Amino acid sequence: MIRATAASRWTHGITGTALAILFLSPLLWSGWASLRTGTGFGLENYGRLFTSDNGIRPHHVFNSITVSALTVGGTLLVATLGGYAFGRFRFPGRDLLFLVTLAILMVPYATILIALYVLLGWMGLQDSLIGLSLVLIMFQLPFSIFMMRNSFEAVPRELEESAQVDGCNSFATLTRIMLPAVRPGLVTVGLFAFLTSWSEFFAPLILLNSTDTFTTTLAVVNMRTASHGSIDYAALEAGVVFMAVPCLILFAFMQRSYVRGFTSGALKG
Amino acid sequence: MSTLTPLDPRPVTTRALAASRRERPPARRGAARRRAMLGAAYAAPTAVMVGVFFLAPLVLVGWMSLHRWPLLGPPTLNAPDNYSRISDNELVRSAAWFTAKYTVLMTVLLFVVAFGLALLVQQRRPAVGFMRTAFLMPMAVGFASASLLFLGLLSDEIGPVSDLLRSLGIIDGYVSWTSGSPESALGSAVVLVLWRFAGFTMLILLTGLQAIPLEVYEAARIDGATRWQTFRRITVPLMRPTIALVLTMMITGSLLAFDQFWILTRGGPDNGTTSLVMVIYREAFIRLDLGSAAAISVVLLAILVIFNVVQLGVLRRRS
Repeated sequence: MIRATAASRWTHGITGTALAILFLSPLLWSGWASLRTGTGFGLENYGRLFTSDNGIRPHHVFNSITVSALTVGGTLLVATLGGYAFGRFRFPGRDLLFLVTLAILMVPYATILIALYVLLGWMGLQDSLIGLSLVLIMFQLPFSIFMMRNSFEAVPRELEESAQVDGCNSFATLTRIMLPAVRPGLVTVGLFAFLTSWSEFFAPLILLNSTDTFTTTLAVVNMRTASHGSIDYAALEAGVVFMAVPCLILFAFMQRSYVRGFTSGALKG
Repeated sequence: MSTLTPLDPRPVTTRALAASRRERPPARRGAARRRAMLGAAYAAPTAVMVGVFFLAPLVLVGWMSLHRWPLLGPPTLNAPDNYSRISDNELVRSAAWFTAKYTVLMTVLLFVVAFGLALLVQQRRPAVGFMRTAFLMPMAVGFASASLLFLGLLSDEIGPVSDLLRSLGIIDGYVSWTSGSPESALGSAVVLVLWRFAGFTMLILLTGLQAIPLEVYEAARIDGATRWQTFRRITVPLMRPTIALVLTMMITGSLLAFDQFWILTRGGPDNGTTSLVMVIYREAFIRLDLGSAAAISVVLLAILVIFNVVQLGVLRRRS
């Protein structure tokens, strides 16, 4: 906004870079600490992570992958259809449903998870990965529906009309014409759903109660909370890195489209 | 509608005119209705998800709060015992006070830090891309994982923080950051939340900053406004909707704090960092009293809804 002098450019650069290093250092430290052993560097801590009594097991990783896949798939499906409906159609109750969906944000879930625990029990979904995924999908809806509605609204009408002239019905229009046009929105919604479901802690803590169904996050936190004596900090940091690596890789690849999707969707409507 | 058309007493031309003004000739009305049904069909999965997993539990939590509802076994009506017992519960009182204190502290600090970061990276300058990525990176780490990360980072066994501060002469001897005193435990959680959420909050503020047209700044510069005046009189007022959104998210998030205290401080020492959501969890799954947990949930929910309505009302009046 104001023309920068050379001196102010330097202050800006140095302050910013120092802060950036400060923000990155905990991440770098956890990687370093997870590899450091008594004698040097190695994978011993990771070995203990997978073999100690309270450690994680392959089925925990499998459970996490299942929950993430179900949540990402379910969120994309519901939000695509819903976003198409809200962005392109008028029907009775449209505005009310949209408002109620956004209200999920205002009623954060710690307060209704107790009831969801009872409700899923009645539905025969207690201690179930499917039940957990359904709950996680619901919590993704306000952001996802908002995002996808804006994405669909931004597609030019002519594109849709020309498809209809060519004889496409509304579903063919959606799959052939609209989906490619809203891809940035889908990437943002999918990435957000993955990051949340992969590392979510509170909902699995309440809804899952046998170690067979634990997700990796629950299992790693359990290494801290179930230990009465000393905590194996190094193995804990190995667990942190193990959980973070998939997210960091995805984030690195998709940061650009994620941020773009966010900035284009967040301010409209 | 079309069956009523013959009863319409107006002359044909007027009717046609009225119809054309609504741009919906009778022949296309059926198509419009079909399209509305299609839209409703596409919205059906959303409606089912919202109805079953949001509205139903919302009603159920109210219903549960009126009952003695053990984790196992049939519930019995006991209204309003769950509510009257809340005020007698010593832990609820201390947790409510602590949560309020934490919310104010966290909201102010997080807002100041995130706004500072947003101003730092708002313009294209050298190294800004690197800075943005660095500030956003913690967002990719789950909050529970981040809590465990800080548990190690602040520990005396493997963490570098105590050693670093000792070598700088700021502290001496052994300091237990996460469980030594309620103040240091709270401080640990605050630093953790700042690290994890500053980048995300910055991103939202950045969208607001970048929506301000450059010409406005240009005009202020020509009028000879100082940097501070520009910030006070232009940036802040034009950012009001974004600021309101960020404040709502931060306050709601802080009032519902759980992971950071459950993992990092375990609510201690002496329940000094036990938040309201931790009390809800304890009532439900340690004391196995779902009715009491539901009653505290309803009260917390009511506070949040009132707060959000007031906030929206203030926002609407101002804009």
